[in-house]
Amino acid sequence: MKAGSNLERVLTSGHFAATGELGPPKSADPEVIRRKAGLLKGYTDAVNITDNQTAIVRMSSISVGTMLLGLGIEPTIQMTCRDRNRLAIQADLLGASALGIKNLLCLTGDHLHFGNHPTARGVHDLDSIQLVAMVKALRDEKKFANGEVIETVEPRFLIGAAENPFADPFDYRPYRLAKKVAAGADFVQTQLIYNVPKFKEFMKRVVDLGIHDKCYILAGVGPIKSIGMARYMQNSVPGMDVPEDIIARLKGVPKEQVRKEGIKQCAEIIHEMREIPGVRGVHVMAIEWEEAVPEILELAGLLPRPKL
Amino acid sequence: MIKAKQKPIAEIKTLIAPYKKILILGCGTCVTISFAGGEKEVGMLASSLRIASAMEGQDKTFAEATVQRQCEWEFIDAVADQINKADAVISLACGIGVQALAERYPDKVILPGVNTTFLGMAIEHGVLVERCRACGDCVLGLTAGVCPIARCAKNLLNGPCGGSHDGKCEVNPETDCAWQLIYDRLGRLGQLQQMDVLMPSKDWSKDYDGGPRKIVREDLKL
Repeated sequence: MKAGSNLERVLTSGHFAATGELGPPKSADPEVIRRKAGLLKGYTDAVNITDNQTAIVRMSSISVGTMLLGLGIEPTIQMTCRDRNRLAIQADLLGASALGIKNLLCLTGDHLHFGNHPTARGVHDLDSIQLVAMVKALRDEKKFANGEVIETVEPRFLIGAAENPFADPFDYRPYRLAKKVAAGADFVQTQLIYNVPKFKEFMKRVVDLGIHDKCYILAGVGPIKSIGMARYMQNSVPGMDVPEDIIARLKGVPKEQVRKEGIKQCAEIIHEMREIPGVRGVHVMAIEWEEAVPEILELAGLLPRPKL
Repeated sequence: MIKAKQKPIAEIKTLIAPYKKILILGCGTCVTISFAGGEKEVGMLASSLRIASAMEGQDKTFAEATVQRQCEWEFIDAVADQINKADAVISLACGIGVQALAERYPDKVILPGVNTTFLGMAIEHGVLVERCRACGDCVLGLTAGVCPIARCAKNLLNGPCGGSHDGKCEVNPETDCAWQLIYDRLGRLGQLQQMDVLMPSKDWSKDYDGGPRKIVREDLKL
């Protein structure tokens, strides 16, 4: 075992994994965390905690992750390269590991332009692939980014990375994933998938390259709450691919049924994901709709979660 | 070349508010080419400020001069008389020119009239784009001659982020994605395998993080 997390046990034992996501509040209110944690507890193998998602200031990922540990939920903390340089990242990771956090998702981070502090300086000392390589060296070589040896206890994380199969250039995306895996990614969570045929083509190429044998690929899925949300993702979220037929289906039901249909649609996409060679789990992103996760996973046949 | 953009007139008026005799000093090199601070812009700014001053009942005077390069002592020494006669100088040169004047004329108020914006070129008449960040450790040999430091909003060194769409950058759909350009050119050059090479973290100490940079060429010293 690399980190000994529940997520790692689920993946290495061959179960189809299911992870969730929790967005921290734009406040210092711990009640929000407790409420959302209550909605997710027991339904997923681990829960991602976003790190200033979409470049908006929120409660820090590591502090929320620590709260989740106390509530009996395994966190996967997210770490972006946008807000911290290599000193700050390493310092935070030493602390996170000391606090008992075992899963880490390494990201470049959404650009400041999209957030609520667009005049701030973006750090970008490292990119996400360099971050993955740094975390692997901390864990496996007990070395800091400068080569200095960690004399005693090294931080041990199951190292995650993200990939967007729908971004351009499409032909390069599998190779970019391979690069992340070569740098040290143990698992990968993808961008939200609505264009299933295109994702299948991406996965075919990933499998042809043999990348799926070297890391666990979790397909990103999420329920659509409203037609407005679908249109927004289709038109305004960078790197999102929401085909018309996804929206047409939601438009085909009465307005009060859209949420229910969104949940059903998400569960069906999960069923499709389970059939795709190389996909080892799903990462369910129900943004500000954590209540939907148990129902989605139930419909998808992924409950109860394995107790390992 | 260094590209600059004239400051808003309101900001310039605020900067010069305490002063009466003002010299507007242009620069005949980079800022002339970028239409921000050459002889022509000096004339236009002087006219605008004279009109504004008259309308507001002030008795400010505006002298005009342009030197070939404000970043060289010999050129700024040549206008010493005009500078010494002024209460304040608005320099329409880049930040280098402003600081050269401030260093050479320690008792004189020197004010910037432009915002120095980037190192770049005109890709067409009137369209100036950034091309170099002067990071001090050039990677263009590894990136098919397209700079990911100057041209990628996230300074990525290992390929495009998830926001690259139809060859454009997520931050500004009018900006080309640097990594799409790199990918396309590497493909054309038969060097796509370069995309698989892990570029290690960059040595930013050669950039401004190492403090103000200096090059000393002993072989050229007099």
